[in-house]
Amino acid sequence: MATIVQRPKLNLLERSYFPAILGGLWITIKHFIKMLFGQTKVTMQYPEQKWDSAMPEWYRGAPTLVKDEHNRERCVACQLCEFICPPRAITIKPGELPGDNRWSKVEKYPEKFDIDMIRCIYCGLCEEVCPEQAIFLRKDYSITGLTRSEMVHDKEKLYELGGVMHGLVHKWNEKK
Amino acid sequence: MPSLDLFLQPEIFLVWTAALKTFVILGVVLTMVAYSVWAERKVSAFIQDRIGPNRVGWAGLIQPVADGVKLLLKENFVPGGVNKFFFSIAPSLAMIPAILVLAVLPFGSSLFGVPMVIANLDIGVLWVFAVSSLGVYGIVLAGWASNSKYPFLGGIRSSSQMISYELSLGLSVVPVFMITGTLNLGEIVQYQVDHGWMVFPAWFQSGGGLLEITTDNGGMFGLDLGQSLLWIPMMISFVIFMIAMFAETNRVPFDLPEAEQELVGGYHTEYSSMRFALFFLGEYAAMIAGAGVIVTLFLGGWSLPFVPDGSQGWFWGLVNIGTFFAKVAAIIFFFLWVRWTLPRFRFDQLMKLGWYVFFEVALLNIFLTAGILAYLQS
Ligand code: SF4
Ligand code: SF4
Repeated sequence: MATIVQRPKLNLLERSYFPAILGGLWITIKHFIKMLFGQTKVTMQYPEQKWDSAMPEWYRGAPTLVKDEHNRERCVACQLCEFICPPRAITIKPGELPGDNRWSKVEKYPEKFDIDMIRCIYCGLCEEVCPEQAIFLRKDYSITGLTRSEMVHDKEKLYELGGVMHGLVHKWNEKK
Repeated sequence: MPSLDLFLQPEIFLVWTAALKTFVILGVVLTMVAYSVWAERKVSAFIQDRIGPNRVGWAGLIQPVADGVKLLLKENFVPGGVNKFFFSIAPSLAMIPAILVLAVLPFGSSLFGVPMVIANLDIGVLWVFAVSSLGVYGIVLAGWASNSKYPFLGGIRSSSQMISYELSLGLSVVPVFMITGTLNLGEIVQYQVDHGWMVFPAWFQSGGGLLEITTDNGGMFGLDLGQSLLWIPMMISFVIFMIAMFAETNRVPFDLPEAEQELVGGYHTEYSSMRFALFFLGEYAAMIAGAGVIVTLFLGGWSLPFVPDGSQGWFWGLVNIGTFFAKVAAIIFFFLWVRWTLPRFRFDQLMKLGWYVFFEVALLNIFLTAGILAYLQS
């Protein structure tokens, strides 16, 4: 059913606009003066001020690869992350570890590991699916580049961002 | 030294002082134009709880320079199908009238005996109205020559806007001339020095007042009957003139020719680079000229109560010039403040306001002033 909205009847003073105009001017000058004396909270001035210190523990930034305490690359090139990545940002080329390697029983390692940061949606599924705890989303959020190829993080870059992580998976260590 | 004598001959003295004043005023005003753009951005930001430009220079103070360089380096694009001649002269037509108005504004009393006005015309006010109304041609021509519908609508709006406020603009200042008895802007200011500002008539020369306080240097402060009576029509004039000035300078709430939300950019939609900049800066130059006219007619021009004029030494001459520009800056701030407060009037509302309200009130105001003057003289 149609609702009829009763228009308010304005008196002469209200129809002359003046009270409304003066009221408006009063509101805006209040904001102006408050801002002038720095009493207004404003947006963070981003490149100078950063919110890094306020970032929560669970923040999902750029995905990175990590090495373990023996400086072994943890990734075993199982390609699970490549399969699960929704936007297909990850490309892995697996390789075989040579027999004389200390970690040869691991058998596989990623020869190439690229994450296209233009594609990545920071969903964290790669971190969740990884059986080796080799891939982690770190707190880097300002990933920039001038070309598309610059935005593809290769293995070197991923390790540089990821660094070393201790503990967690010990199954490849020598038996004590 | 014969060469110095040559410079002091009356005619030659007039020429080079006028040239000097012209250059200095042009420099000052163009700087003010650039910085009123900055002020506009800052004021709007502050009113909206933002920070505004703060990257180029301290508090963004070099921003106008950066903007200017950017506009100079942009491609000066001429769309196909435009009327090239009118398309290229329209921006200048928008800028020039605003600057010409400055010629007759007394921006100070005198400095070393040289009157601080470029052209002391006896028809000063008529010159102001005649020239500043030409500014509308820039807009109309731009709209028409652009061969595009949005600019065209902007141009049409501009002309209909002009016919609806121009009458009340002219009529609203008639009472000022009736009281001062002159069209010369310098003399109007001098009248306000003697009798108090038009909107604040709180001092006068000779006795007979309702309330008098004599100050140390012989001036009298207080109210006299005539001035308090004339204050009423003066306030009406002031309000109407101020509002008509908003329309004349195409400022919100009367920025119909531009109306970003409805007409893209209005009359300057098709313009780029320096041609666009001329329109943009012309608007601010018109605003400064308009503020100058308001200050001269109603706010006592360069005068401050009981501050001597330039004949008392160059220091006071400089104080007077500073006072004038401070008052202009205050009026400009008011323009900006209003812009970021009020919504735009609709087309028919503006015409209604101009024809039904302000025209009549301004006309009645003339009779009211005449009545009061007749009563005072009898
Ligand atoms: S975070 Fe998500 S989108 Fe980014 S690489 Fe990992 S799985 Fe792919
Ligand atoms: S899921 Fe883990 S171990 Fe498997 S390829 Fe990805 S990063 Fe390497």
